[in-house]
Amino acid sequence: MADVSTLQPIILPDTSAGAEPRSYWSTVGERLAHDRITLAVGAVLLCVILLAIFAPWAATHDPLQGSVMRRLKPIGTPGFFLGTDETGRDIWSRLVYGGRLSLICGVTPVALATLIGGTLGLVAGIGGRVVNMAIMRVVDVFYAFPSVLLAIAICGVIGAGIGNTILSLMVVFTPPIVRVTESLTAQVKNRDFVEAARASAAPLHAIISHQILPNVLGGMLVYATSLVGIGIILSAGLSFLGLGVTPPNPEWGLMLNALRQAIFVNPIVAALPGVAIVITSLCFNLLSDGLRSAMDIKLPS
Amino acid sequence: MNVPPSSDDRGGAAQPLLIVRDLKKHFPAKGSFWSLSRDTVQAVDGVSFSVAKGQTVGVVGESGCGKSTTARLLLHLIEPDAGEVIFDGEGVGAPGGIGVRELRLQMQMVFQDSYSSLNPRATIADIIAFGPRTAKKVPSKQAHDRAGGLLEQVGLQPSLFARRYPHELSGGQRQRINIARALALEPRLLILDEAVSALDKSVEAQILNLLADLRRDLGLTYLFISHDLNVVRHVSDRVVVMYLGRIVEAGDVGGIFRRPSHPYTQALLRAMPSMDPDRRTEASLLTGDPPNPINPPSGCRFRTRCAFAEEVCARVPPALQDIAGGHQVACHMMVPGSGHSRAGTICAGHD
Repeated sequence: MADVSTLQPIILPDTSAGAEPRSYWSTVGERLAHDRITLAVGAVLLCVILLAIFAPWAATHDPLQGSVMRRLKPIGTPGFFLGTDETGRDIWSRLVYGGRLSLICGVTPVALATLIGGTLGLVAGIGGRVVNMAIMRVVDVFYAFPSVLLAIAICGVIGAGIGNTILSLMVVFTPPIVRVTESLTAQVKNRDFVEAARASAAPLHAIISHQILPNVLGGMLVYATSLVGIGIILSAGLSFLGLGVTPPNPEWGLMLNALRQAIFVNPIVAALPGVAIVITSLCFNLLSDGLRSAMDIKLPS
Repeated sequence: MNVPPSSDDRGGAAQPLLIVRDLKKHFPAKGSFWSLSRDTVQAVDGVSFSVAKGQTVGVVGESGCGKSTTARLLLHLIEPDAGEVIFDGEGVGAPGGIGVRELRLQMQMVFQDSYSSLNPRATIADIIAFGPRTAKKVPSKQAHDRAGGLLEQVGLQPSLFARRYPHELSGGQRQRINIARALALEPRLLILDEAVSALDKSVEAQILNLLADLRRDLGLTYLFISHDLNVVRHVSDRVVVMYLGRIVEAGDVGGIFRRPSHPYTQALLRAMPSMDPDRRTEASLLTGDPPNPINPPSGCRFRTRCAFAEEVCARVPPALQDIAGGHQVACHMMVPGSGHSRAGTICAGHD
């Protein structure tokens, strides 16, 4: 790569000698701020999250209150602008409330798995052969099960409910995060700059937090963000099977299941919960792409 | 800004800054999972030398001869199997001596690969300030100010470089950063592990000049590891020649280059490119690769490639013997009565 900056010094806009020292994370922030697509995606995601949080104000009707009089109204019905479901409940209100559970079921297991799996992966990557073997072989056992089956099996054993959905998804997501983190850590650990840091008499925790983590966290976060979409879809799948959220609570997967019978009567309304799932998980995937390119500071922003 | 070197000088001027005694490191060889063999790679096998204060000691040898392993053993980045490291009269890890941490604060290393030895996700200022901030608990602001001073010292303008990232710099600039980082802890000994080998010749010359200036200004001592004999000849006061994990010859740079006494050193010097048309590079005495360090030859390790090898060479490993004023050679031909037919007749050097 012929980099012009290697031939002649580029005069940076702020060359005042007292310029504030910048850190890696502030550079990543600057780069994100210039990434229009990621900003737009972030705005959409923020809307979804805000709607979920402020559901009582955003909803136009009681999400649980239906009426046989107004079953399966089409989109654009006065008072019910996204139509009604098979028991006459307002789709918009149910989507808004359903976002709460769907987001919780998508984000919480990934966050927990990142915390647990990231720590385990870091320990396995830095630790010696025995520690690595112990952690990675246990992880391999979990890998032997297909992820969807594992989630179903766990939920089937411990019972339906939000807490159990979160728990089972966390178990499903932890092994891949351990593996990603472990391989990233093992790569970084053997680089010369870590050896140089050891040679500088720095304590181990400083080497981990300053040298290893910044080079591992990027890949880890990018991977975790991409799991959120899968989390929402998997939890929707569990609800669909009756293992996740129980009716009549609104949740996108459950709504999709309930509206399944209406697919020939009112296909567009029946597809709406699916649209919500697609938009949200697409946003998380695009966000992870944006994060990836912002953290790879070798790429021009 | 820098502490004058004498204030740390505990052992006095006559005390060598670094004494290495019988340093050993054998790595377990990678066999297949089921193999029961306990083979070891004898990377460093009984290396002893000393470095006087203010000197530059060059370490030369083919790749794989244990030069870099020795450097890492000195800093205890790899734990030695056996042997002593004595820094300014104080044994490292010995009772009453200094710990590895204290040693590292006084002995720093510059790595060969200028890119891989800098954290790609840290700014130049952060990289230089890391050591003082974490190992010496210098406040961040002070450490960054000092990083600016160090950048100036290695010839880079702080306002242009402090906020940049390693990938935005050239190889020579990165190696200057590596030197600044090593100097940040105010060490007394700098290990330069092939520090200029990956650079262009013109940049290499600049870095060598910088190193010479720093040595003069800061009173540093260098251990200069390189495979480039011309560079070693240029910078060193003393030279240590290694072959397959052992020292075969050591002495003043003049003695080694004018009167190389070990057949290996002679072969190395013959292979050296020369600018003088009357002294063309001769066909090297060396053929083939060094033998496998997993099962090194018995006796003298060089005998498989030596033109003068005899029966005694396979039987007895030659000891490092002083032949004249600090010039040490490990060869039976140098020792009268060793059993070698040429023993005692100094073999012909370059002149």
